Amino acid sequence: MNALRLQTLSRTETALLGVAGVLLFFGIWSFLSLSGLVPHQFLPAPYEVAGRFIELLGTPFAGATLQEHLASSALRFAYGFLLGAAIGIPLGLLMGWFRVLDEIVSPIFDGLRFIAPIAWVPFAALWFGTGIGGPILIIFAGAFPPCLINAYRGARFVPRPLIEAAQMLGTGNLRIIVEVLLPASTASIVAGLRVSAGLGWQSLIGAELIVASTGVGFMMVQAQLDASTPTVMSAMIAIGLVGLAIDVALRALEAAVRRRGLA
Amino acid sequence: MAAITFDAVQKTFARNGTGIVAVERIDLVIADEEFVAIVGPSGCGKTTCLRMVAGFEFPTSGSVSVDGRRVTGPGPDRAVVFQQFALFPWKTVHDNIALGLRNKGVAREERESRIAKAIAIMNLQGYETAFPHQLSGGMQQRVAIARAYVLDPDVLLMDEPFGALDAQTRVAMQEELVRLARINPRTVLFITHSVEEAVYLADRVVVMSRRPGRIKEVIDVRAVRVAEKWDRIERIEDVMDHESFIHWRTHIWRSLREEKSAHE
Repeated sequence: MNALRLQTLSRTETALLGVAGVLLFFGIWSFLSLSGLVPHQFLPAPYEVAGRFIELLGTPFAGATLQEHLASSALRFAYGFLLGAAIGIPLGLLMGWFRVLDEIVSPIFDGLRFIAPIAWVPFAALWFGTGIGGPILIIFAGAFPPCLINAYRGARFVPRPLIEAAQMLGTGNLRIIVEVLLPASTASIVAGLRVSAGLGWQSLIGAELIVASTGVGFMMVQAQLDASTPTVMSAMIAIGLVGLAIDVALRALEAAVRRRGLA
Repeated sequence: MAAITFDAVQKTFARNGTGIVAVERIDLVIADEEFVAIVGPSGCGKTTCLRMVAGFEFPTSGSVSVDGRRVTGPGPDRAVVFQQFALFPWKTVHDNIALGLRNKGVAREERESRIAKAIAIMNLQGYETAFPHQLSGGMQQRVAIARAYVLDPDVLLMDEPFGALDAQTRVAMQEELVRLARINPRTVLFITHSVEEAVYLADRVVVMSRRPGRIKEVIDVRAVRVAEKWDRIERIEDVMDHESFIHWRTHIWRSLREEKSAHE
């Protein structure tokens, strides 16, 4: 959307337009489903999906309720995402500071990062089967590059006088990374975390379609085998909602960082 | 003792494949506790001279040494005050000043007392927990000077420290620096665009030529100051009204103007 044009709209107008969009979406969906234009088996009506969604919160499907599947997905996500951040951010900062490390890591990294996370699935399956390691590897593959890239860029764009000031104050290399590069790159790092979380969460569902025995992705595959479209769609909605929640949380973190003047 | 020595220093920068000579054949000895100001046209390499003493850059040939030791990199024995302050925006005034002492491993008690002293000398009491962006430019530069002074450095390097300040703040800071130099004399290398500032503050003023920068002239202001008793004069504007001050200011101005017209 054009930001400049949105500014000329009032808050109420913006809200109304949003509501109109949602109504239109559900209107078309209902029409396609109820009119029989699309076979009911392929596209159930919105109220049926909503009913199934609520049902899944109480009745187990594929071994667990919807929220249990979500919890197991979220746990995997947390592992992969935190691992990506825990390795990506320090490595990015180190590469931003130590030229030699940059030259060693960059070619490998640039080669590997163009392999889509989902392309790691066969490899993950070979290594981990349906254990927790597989999905974590795939989430990691999605979450790691943005963490590294943003920490690296943040470190490279630290104003030179700040680094020189730290050096003349006798700050050692590692202390400069912690005391100067890290705080100066915070805004960039948090922005990276947001991208990371988005990619990680998307990759996770892909991973669970194939290499897991619990989780929302696994649930979707089982529902597909059952030809239960409402279940598949309920899972999709749950994925969207959780993804949104993760993004909202990280956006709040971003805003908090900006308020503290670290941007 | 703690003297700065430039010995046949030349510095060449590579730019677009060709070498640009920034400074050429700089020979200069700055004595212990002497205050030397370098003035010169823009791009004459005066900042480069300071950066070589700081250890941010190295001579292409010749050598720069401090206290008889060749400079190999930056360090807290040569504290720098930057034109754009270069305070850490995420650290409070107190923590900005504390970093150097923490790096040195100064024990907490001594550290706090030295920080308190530096804060008092620079009139920063009450701003310990403020962040740099909450302070005016003049205040920020006081913090930067306190951050340098608290280290008790042998050498203080000031790179157009008042260049970013408005005229009134600038005068106040100049007076403050003179006061500080009396309480706590240090070897100072001071880079400036302002001829008045150089004559007012320095023991000796070094005039540099346009690029490639060479030392054109060195003026011993200290002798004049002592002879004419400037130190007895409280206000900067009264010193600047003094006949001897005007004489040297005009002399340096002419010298710089020759450089400018030679360029055109």
